[in-house]
Amino acid sequence: MKVTDKDVAYVADLANLELTGEERAHMLRDLNSILEYVARLGELETDKVAPMAQVSDRYGKDKDNDELRQGSERFAYAIRDDVKDGLRKSLPHDVAMKNAPDTDGTFFEVPKVIER
Amino acid sequence: MIDAMTIDDVRTKIAERQTSATALARDCYTRIRKEDPEIGAFLTLCEERALAQAGRIDALAAAGKPLPLLAGVPIAIKDVMVTSGVRTTAGSKILENFIPPYDCTAVARLETAGAVVLGKLNCDEFAMGSSTENSAYRPVHNPRDKSRVPGGSSGGSAAAVAAEMAMATLGSDTGGSIRQPASFCGVVGLKPTYGRVSRYGLIAFASSLDHVGPFAKTVKEVALVLRTIAGRDPMDSTSAEVPVPDYVAELEKPVKGLKVGMAKEYFGAGLDAEVRAAVEGAIQKLAELGCEVVPVSLPHTEYAIPTYYIVATAEASANLARYDGVRYGFRAKANTLSEMYRQTRDGGFGMEVKRRIMLGTYALSAGYYDAYYLKAQKVRTLLTRDFDEAFKKVDVIAAPTCPTPAFKLGEKVNDPLAMYLADIYTVTANLAGIPGISVPCGENHEKLPIGLQLFARHFDEATLLCIAHAYERSR
Repeated sequence: MKVTDKDVAYVADLANLELTGEERAHMLRDLNSILEYVARLGELETDKVAPMAQVSDRYGKDKDNDELRQGSERFAYAIRDDVKDGLRKSLPHDVAMKNAPDTDGTFFEVPKVIER
Repeated sequence: MIDAMTIDDVRTKIAERQTSATALARDCYTRIRKEDPEIGAFLTLCEERALAQAGRIDALAAAGKPLPLLAGVPIAIKDVMVTSGVRTTAGSKILENFIPPYDCTAVARLETAGAVVLGKLNCDEFAMGSSTENSAYRPVHNPRDKSRVPGGSSGGSAAAVAAEMAMATLGSDTGGSIRQPASFCGVVGLKPTYGRVSRYGLIAFASSLDHVGPFAKTVKEVALVLRTIAGRDPMDSTSAEVPVPDYVAELEKPVKGLKVGMAKEYFGAGLDAEVRAAVEGAIQKLAELGCEVVPVSLPHTEYAIPTYYIVATAEASANLARYDGVRYGFRAKANTLSEMYRQTRDGGFGMEVKRRIMLGTYALSAGYYDAYYLKAQKVRTLLTRDFDEAFKKVDVIAAPTCPTPAFKLGEKVNDPLAMYLADIYTVTANLAGIPGISVPCGENHEKLPIGLQLFARHFDEATLLCIAHAYERSR
């Protein structure tokens, strides 16, 4: 699988990046070189291997008995105390707005949203 | 002043009025102003906050009240951890003027324990890099040889301890970013177990791989800092409900009879001969201390880097989507919203960050998800099983931290793949979530430090620190 100019443009679009012509050329070269190296994962037979999304799957309650833990129970240990006991106070409005690049004091202001 | 002290001296010396927290902080700032222009470890100093905290400690001491564990200890924080009212940039232009409204839990716990936060430390942009040359502000120079990199991404954290500008620092480790710079700068760096230390307030890079951990000159000091920052935090749902032992007390346990695994996969092609000799010498020393050295195999190690760079970049592409110029950070001027997003991200992110967002977006995109992301997640299972098998036979695994000592600034900047391979011995611990430590174990012929890396079972930092401490004392 070779990455093409078209792929770079498509992926940049998905990632909300513009990239200069020079950056696109670098990207094309680098992505191909990295993905060529990554291709060695194909040497491994993994049809019967379960994917691992995160380490936390491996501990918590009944960590050695996956059958006991179904669905969201597996993450029971992870429920935030402040959610269990009622919500904590959220960030005050003025504090939340302090870093805003553009605001009318109440809302974040942005350029025109509807472009047609 | 701090060069002649260790963290456990500080509290006693302040309590006995031989020194004060204020004098220590001022001394550190004098040293930073003198040494740091050539090193570049600090991005922001927070003198007012530091002196206020030092004043509180000195008032306690003057009143003869008991001092907290880390009273007056001058520390500094990698600039990927948010600090209330103190600029936090993640080494990126996109957060150049970002003043966080809250504190990272690890920082808050250190301050509650009496530590004095001097400032924020330089790093690769969003912790993406292995040399700190990807900082949008300036590269960091290795205090041991200023023509060389300090490692990365927590290069500022390692350099600040090595140059004695702070007694301990916090870093983050997603693929080796604490252990590799610790090795390059000749200090101790620990990546705890996934879930051991809260990540609330850590600017996210790859959420299933990111860890917060300490740097210091000695294992005991690292143990003291870990004890303070470890443990469940209701603000981070991935922090584990697992009791925190007294790591300092555990240091003195006997190491005789502990089984030390040595995996041939960590001593293969690409390993520098002097690094190999130093690490083998360190393992020999562990044997002399009464440990039993046992060969183990971690057969999927060669697949760790490709697995890591797919998982890490996929997660990064999602985590960095939040930088859109709307709520905080840099915003480019544009006529429409979509132009604003693009121009903000184009102008705010550096090349390596863009490269990783592109790679991660590609790996997650329709048609490639199964081939790259799902495949990498499956190989992650295999890599983790390698450790599960090995830890049935041994208590710790010993390896080099890095294949080479510190390389020259500029040497690898134009070859991303070569830079990624600097992490070849460290990324496995992040994928499996096991704890890892780098301890100095010698120097090469150019006096460049070499690091011994030790891994242990999930949540067994106590054994890791104990054996690292025994080794350190035997040198």
